[in-house]
Amino acid sequence: MDNTAEFTLPVFGRRDPDARGYFGPYGGRFVPETLVEPVEQLERAYYEARRDTAFAARLAELLKRYVGRPTPVWEAARLAAEAGGARLFLKREDLAHTGAHKINNALGQALLAVRMGKTRVVAETGAGQHGVATATACALLGLRCEVYMGTEDMRRQALNVFRMNLLGASVTGVDGGSRTLKDAINEAMRDWVTNVEDTYYLLGSVLGPHPYPLMVREFQSVIGREAREQFVALAGRLPDAVVACVGGGSNALGIFDGFVEDEAVRLIGVEAGGEAIVAGRHAARFAAGTAGVLQGTRSYVLQDVDGNIEGTHSISAGLDYAAVGPEHAWLRELGRAEYTHVSDAEALDAFKRLGRLEGILPALESAHAVAFACRLAPELGPGRTILINLSGRGDKDVETIRSGATG
Amino acid sequence: MSRIAETFKRLRADGETGLVTFVTAGDPDMERSATVLRTLDRAGADVVEVGIPFSDPLADGPVIQRASERALAAGATLASSLDLVARVRPEIAAPVVLFSYANPVLAMGLEQFVSRASVAGVDGVLMLDLPIEEADALRDAAVPAGIDPIFLLSPTTTEVRLRRAAALGRGFLYGISRLGVTGKRDSVAEGARALAGRMRAVTDLPIALGFGISHPDHVAEVGRWADAAVVGSGLVDTIAGASEGGDLETVVDGYVRWLKGESSRGQ
Repeated sequence: MDNTAEFTLPVFGRRDPDARGYFGPYGGRFVPETLVEPVEQLERAYYEARRDTAFAARLAELLKRYVGRPTPVWEAARLAAEAGGARLFLKREDLAHTGAHKINNALGQALLAVRMGKTRVVAETGAGQHGVATATACALLGLRCEVYMGTEDMRRQALNVFRMNLLGASVTGVDGGSRTLKDAINEAMRDWVTNVEDTYYLLGSVLGPHPYPLMVREFQSVIGREAREQFVALAGRLPDAVVACVGGGSNALGIFDGFVEDEAVRLIGVEAGGEAIVAGRHAARFAAGTAGVLQGTRSYVLQDVDGNIEGTHSISAGLDYAAVGPEHAWLRELGRAEYTHVSDAEALDAFKRLGRLEGILPALESAHAVAFACRLAPELGPGRTILINLSGRGDKDVETIRSGATG
Repeated sequence: MSRIAETFKRLRADGETGLVTFVTAGDPDMERSATVLRTLDRAGADVVEVGIPFSDPLADGPVIQRASERALAAGATLASSLDLVARVRPEIAAPVVLFSYANPVLAMGLEQFVSRASVAGVDGVLMLDLPIEEADALRDAAVPAGIDPIFLLSPTTTEVRLRRAAALGRGFLYGISRLGVTGKRDSVAEGARALAGRMRAVTDLPIALGFGISHPDHVAEVGRWADAAVVGSGLVDTIAGASEGGDLETVVDGYVRWLKGESSRGQ
């Protein structure tokens, strides 16, 4: 019903960080010496590519004919009726090819890898969605692909490991540390630093050294551009609030980007509250974190007083990470975006509620955004509108939920 | 003249290849770590590098990752590592260089860190994930406190940045002889010689080459192009083996003397 939005070319070059990759005091480039030149090369290649209309046109073509964009905006009327209050709308990134927004970035960066003459891609993955998207983009573009994944996540997301294998990627388990996303990033960076001559590191979120936070946001900004146009066509106005879950924060920045200049629109990021806001039992960086440097960037980090990174927990592997994208820290400091968190139990409840009322099983990550929107709807009240970024579909989580429910 | 500068001056005068040894502070615990540092010095290490354990050592290979994990599990922190240096400093002659990731230092606060390091008798500091472009504040705090900021250079480092490091670095420059993470290798990388040559062309600062060196032959080979060789993972591995029951002092002493070509490796 709202697929009338014209597909537009990606728009690059708005809201760049400073020359050293800083958004205010956050961001930068904290990498081992061997990676300084490769990261600078990447920056040059990216700035060149985004000025090249042929690159943008090729990406737009893939997003349209391969990914199936634009993804629709759906008004979740039954969900809203039960929540009571504001109207609720879903940006359906779960309908993108491979089942999540991750493919937007994976294709953009894989095109860049080809343009840079790289033949091999390494990536990290937490829940497996970015790994699947990267494996997909590499299959399509003929790149060798190796995905690092914590062994704990491999256990939680066994189906996605199998999917990546079917797509021709090799998946390497990471046994260090907490055996989750953070450790997979460490290992992917170790691989990159060793094989930097032929290898491209395809980072999956708005994290890491400059230019990744900028580049990933720009590749995801297609979400916000589409959503704004679709929302206005559907509701005849801008939403009162845009809500998205925040792990690293790429889906959130992708949708926020379309509304960041509309100052009346509240931008709300939802972090993983886990079991409780107690060290090791959640991943709400803005609730309990402090500024620090992790994996190439300065941002909000869950750390102890000695500067060691704390363990995290979330029911959703994609939010289970100790740092948040530096631009989020900056948007929060500017007062342009606000951040909150919901618990595992609330996310699980929202997962079930969306299935029952709308026939949509969201990713457990996205269920955090749904949960908060249902809390916000009665506060805003009737006549108000909330746009939720439904960043991924929940098939990957069904087994987790089934075993949890029966165990 | 700083203790580091004096050490390299002596090495050059004697025509000797220096041996820079890396160990992780607090591995396997602070008590035995103190023993290791004293032993290294006594056995003839020319510079002692003390690695600060960190939860996410992304530039390190498995050997030093495990050392970091052991040290953290035994309760080591940046603060207790500085205490360790303060404790052993009066007993050892070699200059002490701290080797850290940025976050523990930033968490302590740069000023606090530099002041505590200075009191502890630290001679130099090297930050693995703080490239020259991010290191202004550290340099500005360390130099007046008499602590040499030491920069890492890699085969991928451009000429422009080599010159920048030569201009801003103190003590010595540390060349990473190969791409990749820390760890033992069977041979010295071909890139080591080329990098040493490029470094020599832009600086008179002493040059130490590291990453992958674990045999007296490597040390001798590196000595042809550089002032010193850095041994890390090989030593850390030796400590790990010894702390499972062997006589730590004897083993570490023997390893260092073997590297220096003073003995065959009799353990």
